[in-house]
Amino acid sequence: MKVEGKAVVYGDNIDTDIIIPGRYLVLQEPSELAKHAMEGVDPSFPERARDGVIIVAGRNFGCGSSREEAPVALKHANTKCVIAESFARIFYRNAINIGLPILEASLRDKASNGDLLLVDLVSGIIENKTREIRVQAKPLSPLAIEIISAGGLTKYVRKKLGLE
Amino acid sequence: MNIVEKILARASGEKEVSPGQIIDARVDKAMMHDLTGPRVIDSFREIGVKRVWDPDRVIVIFDHDIPPSTIKAAELHKKVRNFVREQGIRHFYDIGRGGVCHVVMLEKGHVKPGELIIGADSHTVTYGALGAFATGVGATDMAAVLATGSIWLRVPETLKFEVNGKLQRRVYAKDLILYIIGMIGSEGANYKAMLFSGQAIRDLGIDGRATICNMSIEAGAKAGIVEPDEKTIRYVKERAGEPITPVRSDDDAEFAKIYEVDASQLEPQVAIHPSVDNVKPVSEVGDVEINQGFIGTCTNGRLDDLRAAAEVLKGKRVKDGVRLVIIPGSQGVYHEALKEGLIEIFVKAGAIICGPGCGPCIGISRGVLADDEVCISSANRNFVGRMGSPKSKVYLASPATVAASTIKGKIVDPREVD
Ligand code: SF4
Repeated sequence: MKVEGKAVVYGDNIDTDIIIPGRYLVLQEPSELAKHAMEGVDPSFPERARDGVIIVAGRNFGCGSSREEAPVALKHANTKCVIAESFARIFYRNAINIGLPILEASLRDKASNGDLLLVDLVSGIIENKTREIRVQAKPLSPLAIEIISAGGLTKYVRKKLGLE
Repeated sequence: MNIVEKILARASGEKEVSPGQIIDARVDKAMMHDLTGPRVIDSFREIGVKRVWDPDRVIVIFDHDIPPSTIKAAELHKKVRNFVREQGIRHFYDIGRGGVCHVVMLEKGHVKPGELIIGADSHTVTYGALGAFATGVGATDMAAVLATGSIWLRVPETLKFEVNGKLQRRVYAKDLILYIIGMIGSEGANYKAMLFSGQAIRDLGIDGRATICNMSIEAGAKAGIVEPDEKTIRYVKERAGEPITPVRSDDDAEFAKIYEVDASQLEPQVAIHPSVDNVKPVSEVGDVEINQGFIGTCTNGRLDDLRAAAEVLKGKRVKDGVRLVIIPGSQGVYHEALKEGLIEIFVKAGAIICGPGCGPCIGISRGVLADDEVCISSANRNFVGRMGSPKSKVYLASPATVAASTIKGKIVDPREVD
């Protein structure tokens, strides 16, 4: 499982109200949510993400509420992967459950806006093609890989219950 | 084992569990509300199971956008109501019947010591106030719980906070938890559980303990918990009625780290916009003029909170040019506050009282902020744009500090208003 995209770099504590403000939660449609992704810090994000991006961030990405709309908005804005130094736990689960790949790695000094990144989700190797450097991310847990490979938690549960 | 490990061992049918272990745990109760419910229902349909695993263990509470402020919200309510009916869910709190989900869960006896409770809301951690292990998840996780009655969890390390000493007058549970978050930072407990113990915690009522556990998520915690004592047992017996077998930590229980806090040294605390962990004693906040005060939410919308606010506001007026929004946490709290005369004090002070619910806490309705406005709030989050305009500012404090600040028009120490 490999994904590719241009880097968009943000700082620490990107919370769920920044990723998708509460007032948009009634917009249930993923494509509608995507129009407001990252609005709290970067209203131009949906535009920048159009051709596929990889978010690079600092510590505690996704802290705050349990709203699954946060990873959904990012995914449907065409975010291929989020790489942060650390994630808040509910966001981490939600991202894996809805099939938005995420990896823990410290990349802030090793990627700038626009750098081309190639990420191997299983091995956790991140390649910055622009700078020709490689970084090893903390690999995903076997369970997380199983859920992502099944196509998200709903499909994983269907399989487990013998409905697939 | 400590209390967290014991609860998770019981829930997963294991003799013993230890931090880091991945378990498949049986869920005792599942909770969702009007805002997360619709997405949970969609994912539940996607899984394709016809019935929820046990309708009597599912609790549905409307609170986030009530009464609905838009047609879209009204449609979402309808969708959840239909699901409740279709699935035969008895524990349903519609508009006017409940209030903020985390206040209602405790008050209506849906939480018992030793239970594993999963909620489709991050502040589900509140239920640790009664010695339950409770944690928040997103919609798809909750759909899987509804379909199977179980969830995978990683057993967390536990941080123990030993809080001793007596809180000073007009210093509350809220000040204590703000102080602790300031001390360990907004991810100081990420993936971990926070156990609050010591004499200062035992001295708190259930309302104060709920405030503390509620904000454990603001340090990233998976759960906040207080070991059950006689107060817990009395509270639960009055509401849940059924027998309970509280779980407590063994004497030789292990903790990842133990912090000691002296409560007697604390002054009222304030979290400075826009970080919940940028916490200062009120004397160091400086001159901050405010446009609005807000008292309510799952953090501080309980009876003890309204009493504290009323004590400050009695016979006083909210300053001209400042507005004070007060929202009782539940219909039960509202009713009690009416009987005790608290609502009258608020109305006479010039506050506006809205019906129980989340109100402006997540910036949807009933008190959202305009550009450059400043609000002091008794809630739990002050993220950019949380209560409205991304250019507004939110400071967090106790209900007494909020009340005092609206009288003065700027952030002040509630001990200065007598
Ligand atoms: S009161 Fe605020 S924090 Fe609590 S459940 Fe409602 S929106 Fe969430």
